[in-house]
Amino acid sequence: MTAPLVSVRDLAVHFDVTRRALPFPGGTRTIVKSVDGVSFDIQAGETLGLVGESGCGKTTLGRALLRLVEPTRGQVRIGGTDITALRSAELRHARRRMQMVFQDPYASLDPRMTVGQIIAEPIDTFGLAAGPARQARIRELMATVGLSERFINRYPHEFSGGQQQRVGIARALAAEPDFIVADEPISALDVSIQAQIINLIERLQRERRLTYLFISHDLRAVRHTSTRIAVMYLGKIVELGDARRVYDRPLMPYTKALISAVPVPDPAVEAARRRLVLHGDVPSPIDPPSGCRFRTRCPYAVDGCADAEPPLAEIEPGHFAACSRLSRERPDLDAG
Amino acid sequence: MTAPLLSVRGLRTYFDEDARVVRAVDDVSFDLAVGETLGIVGESGSGKSVTSLSIMGLVPSPPGRVAGGTITFDGRDLLRLPERELRGIRGRRIAMIFQDPMTSLNPFMRVGAQLMEVTELHLGHSRAEARAHAVAMLAQVGIPDAARRVDQYPHQFSGGMRQRVMIAMALSCRPQLLIADEPTTALDVTIQAQILELVRALRREIGMSVILISHDLGVVAGMADRVVVMYAGQVVESAPTVPLFERPANPYTRGLLLSVPSPTHAAGTTLYQIPGLPPDVAHLPPGCAFAPRCDRAAASCRQEAPPLVEVAPGHLSRCHFARDVYALPLAVRA
Repeated sequence: MTAPLVSVRDLAVHFDVTRRALPFPGGTRTIVKSVDGVSFDIQAGETLGLVGESGCGKTTLGRALLRLVEPTRGQVRIGGTDITALRSAELRHARRRMQMVFQDPYASLDPRMTVGQIIAEPIDTFGLAAGPARQARIRELMATVGLSERFINRYPHEFSGGQQQRVGIARALAAEPDFIVADEPISALDVSIQAQIINLIERLQRERRLTYLFISHDLRAVRHTSTRIAVMYLGKIVELGDARRVYDRPLMPYTKALISAVPVPDPAVEAARRRLVLHGDVPSPIDPPSGCRFRTRCPYAVDGCADAEPPLAEIEPGHFAACSRLSRERPDLDAG
Repeated sequence: MTAPLLSVRGLRTYFDEDARVVRAVDDVSFDLAVGETLGIVGESGSGKSVTSLSIMGLVPSPPGRVAGGTITFDGRDLLRLPERELRGIRGRRIAMIFQDPMTSLNPFMRVGAQLMEVTELHLGHSRAEARAHAVAMLAQVGIPDAARRVDQYPHQFSGGMRQRVMIAMALSCRPQLLIADEPTTALDVTIQAQILELVRALRREIGMSVILISHDLGVVAGMADRVVVMYAGQVVESAPTVPLFERPANPYTRGLLLSVPSPTHAAGTTLYQIPGLPPDVAHLPPGCAFAPRCDRAAASCRQEAPPLVEVAPGHLSRCHFARDVYALPLAVRA
């Protein structure tokens, strides 16, 4: 087995929100543990899908991998380089190999730059091409993402959301990265455009052997695009495994609830399905529940769940879950 | 057969922009029976939200105006009612909830006061009655500790809880018709499931009719009795829910259904994709508005606008090839 392209160990991102947001004069420090000790690998050429509800820390995790936010502790290695140990000049150099595609394509594009200038920026920053080769490269990138080169001098506001996302993808590709963090790349788009962008992202992966972290709350899209899926809850990864395994046979009660909540465009399925509807809201990441963080909403919780935080354990080969009631002998809580 | 609760006929809602007329809703017709849930599906610019605003008499004017048609609610044409009478219907007999509860709730008012305002106005409740009713409504929509939370402000509620407050407000006069415009789009899936479950339960209890507007075919499949699919301001398909999903008769509906990643999709397969972009209703092509994106389009489609064709009883499709599309198996899924 080859070394993974991305390797994350005990990564944590904590935000100190003591004085900025809350008026406690000289009071207690308030720390939001957005990402609180996660470890995982991503193999080269793989797509790891990262799912979870708002506030679970998935966006912060994606940004921390590229050091767009500073980790509080832990290590991120990409292609053998310890990203967390780099000084800023080295980091800038390393960023060429890791790029990001954002949720809101319009907000992520400079409104005063033309499409050509936006795509040229990484080419110039990293000195990847100059003169006629640079121009050819911009046109080639536009063609790759399905934008007519007629648009090269147009501005972002002249495009639809789907086209803006194509510009964002072309910009990410311009740096010739190995690894792309795609943070909710389809959720702001119309339904008919979502399939176009999913197909584009998948084609680029096949053609360029890209490795993705695909962050989304849309479990249908994640199941479709991902090799493996990681499920996050309140700053922790609570389930990790092969995409179809996790979607079709989830272990964690939380994952089961997430999947049973996904509406399926088939009235027969919708009428027949048994839903596991969770009660209440996600607790605050400032003061998460003791022990298992999901226990306050878990239909299977017992007294012991409040005591110790369950580790992410391998319940089935290659399929991990963080639940103290699950074990190799008893991989399904519904079974008895 | 009893008369429908709501009957929309030939509705046209136009917006005057500069020298142009944008036909946001262009000849839309549908019926809604008592106790029925109608799903309206469409992408941005399809006219689905403007249709609901037209029913509520809330189209911003100018630049918007209802240029034609009738909206008959319980025997009366809402478009011809004086504003005073419309006010007695809106909020009391027809209520609406929106995608973003924060834009519909007053951030400076306690939620209780906002709920009380509705029943004091429409039901003539005294303050004490209105307050008791507000607490009862909050409890009914599943807000824990309603007697205390009635005195809180909207920012003290989570997104899902705010949407519950909106629903409590909308339902506080027990309306006959609830219009829900993307009610769960801003919410997480587990909260979405809670809210949809709540709407299902309240629908049974109150016996109200619902118009559910959504871009999510899955949400509509689980909630609606009938579905209307809109594209470029027009109804392009209309059918009972099961036939619409099993045998769509319009290439657009078919494309939408095929392009949603489904749990039965084999890994590594390319999704079906509708090419091109949703249309700009200010610049529609001649003929069928979907023709530029349609893989079946023939020369006639680019010249002549297709009529609504009835392919089966109650199943309409706006397509020159409606019967051919209806005959296709929806088998690309597998």
